[in-house]
Amino acid sequence: MTEPLGPAEAAPAEAVAHVEAKAVALLLLMAALTVGFLLYVMYARGAFEITQRLVLVSDDSEGVIPGMDMTFAGFPIGRVQRVELGPDGKARILVDVPRDDAKWLRTSSVFTLERSMVGETRLKAFTGVLDDKPLPEDAVRTVLRGDTSAEIPRVVASARALLDNLDNMTRSDSSINNSLANVESLTARFAGKYGLLGGALGSEAEAQKLIVTLDRVNGLLAKADQRVFGKKGLMDDTQAAAIQMNVVLKDASNTLKKLDAVLAEAEQVGANAKVATKDLGALRAEVDASLRKVTRMIDEINRKWPFARTPEIKLP
Amino acid sequence: MRPTSFLYTQPRDWGRVAVRVLRSWWYMIYLGAIAIVMALSLKTYSRANRIVASRFIYSSTWQVLPWFTVLAALVSLVIIRIVVVTALSYGLSAYALEMVVRVLVLELIPLTAAMFVALRASMAFNAGDALALAAAASPDTSARAQARLRQELVPQVIANAFAVLSLAMVSSVIVLVLAYVNVYGLSPWGVSDYTRTVGRIFDPAITFGFIFKTVSFGLAVAVIPTAAILEMHRYGLSSTSTVQPGAVRLLFVLLMIEAASLAITYI
Repeated sequence: MTEPLGPAEAAPAEAVAHVEAKAVALLLLMAALTVGFLLYVMYARGAFEITQRLVLVSDDSEGVIPGMDMTFAGFPIGRVQRVELGPDGKARILVDVPRDDAKWLRTSSVFTLERSMVGETRLKAFTGVLDDKPLPEDAVRTVLRGDTSAEIPRVVASARALLDNLDNMTRSDSSINNSLANVESLTARFAGKYGLLGGALGSEAEAQKLIVTLDRVNGLLAKADQRVFGKKGLMDDTQAAAIQMNVVLKDASNTLKKLDAVLAEAEQVGANAKVATKDLGALRAEVDASLRKVTRMIDEINRKWPFARTPEIKLP
Repeated sequence: MRPTSFLYTQPRDWGRVAVRVLRSWWYMIYLGAIAIVMALSLKTYSRANRIVASRFIYSSTWQVLPWFTVLAALVSLVIIRIVVVTALSYGLSAYALEMVVRVLVLELIPLTAAMFVALRASMAFNAGDALALAAAASPDTSARAQARLRQELVPQVIANAFAVLSLAMVSSVIVLVLAYVNVYGLSPWGVSDYTRTVGRIFDPAITFGFIFKTVSFGLAVAVIPTAAILEMHRYGLSSTSTVQPGAVRLLFVLLMIEAASLAITYI
């Protein structure tokens, strides 16, 4: 009972060829699988990537977990490494961005944190101008939050206000009900004897008055037609007066033509007078010249004449 | 008569039953610790012991690995397909892959591998337990008993633990490949996306939890049935039940490990 047992007795009974080699092969396979799996997981988690750090600051980091992706145009370009509470009470989301993907992030990039009703929180980057300067290492950016669930209280409040309004509108003494009642009475009047007229004027009596008035206006118009356009009416007199006026105007036109001829003659007379005036100018110049000659001749005679006085000047 | 539960004993016997249960658990833990220490000792890996261990590894892993992998792949394929199609119909296909990996690779496959190895190990014990002979002497006092434990117990514990690890690991890798093919087809363009998803799932805590859980499964499967049989022979107990000694405890421990793993991971 206490005798030691040999290996052959303890192990499975049947003899197997190369059992040790097979066991070693299995061990090696297992080691390779385990190491390969660990390396793959490390690679998948970005352990072999050269990264740069980006710090996103948010009021609330709910839903952000280490390991979640930051996407750009739907492609994951970064991974949340850690989430911590900063000294200012704001959440700091530390994101590792591989150097190869950092080119998509620029100084003007915008980062958003979106929470939906179903599904995980999404961290997104948007770059409008790809020519801007690259995002520096350890850049700190504020993340914009788009929170669906945070909108729910506002939506509920709006819905409540809307329902209150609906309630007010549908109450028996509401304005809409009163308006509908008025519309009903109006349509009832429309359906009455005088139709639209009755509805517009408020009662059938008023509509009747209007119709009577219209009848009178009709009669008045018939009489006026007879007096104005009828035989020996106002229009006939006016037409005769117009004919006479035409004759008078023709006479006036002839008179004006004659006046035109008189004026033309007067113009001609004027022109002749102008020529005569020019001749008078020349005549006067000749007379002036003759007078100057006569004056000089008299002066000459006076000098030569013995009765000429010696001109002297007596000084005191 | 050996009462197995407080429910079937008189209140005056509760103390005796409690002591026996505690002693049994202590013996199991003690034996497990000895097995681990011996497995880590270079002295254990003598030429003779290596051959014995090789034979146990051959019978517990080599013979089982191909068809267990095929079976696990088939069942996994069905589950993957169901999950992917259902997720697609609800417009949640983005989460299908993560769910498949979490459910199958992290939870179901290690548990299935552990159960499977436990089932085979118990069959081996029933067929003829040479280990029972080693239980006659106290394992901690006699040098000869220690040598016997090295020769008999440790190779078997190593082989069973290794079997659980290898079945779980190989099946997990196959399932990862199947999940990729099911979601992305044979196109290579989904590899980076898939890798990111796998990377997101296997964060350091989950990865070490997964490894720790699988190793714990292996140790439980290796130690608990052996300890139960040795305890029976050592204390001269006879089983009144047809259930394999230690089977219920093994199931309990496996479920506890799984529950603890789930609680730590998701709570």
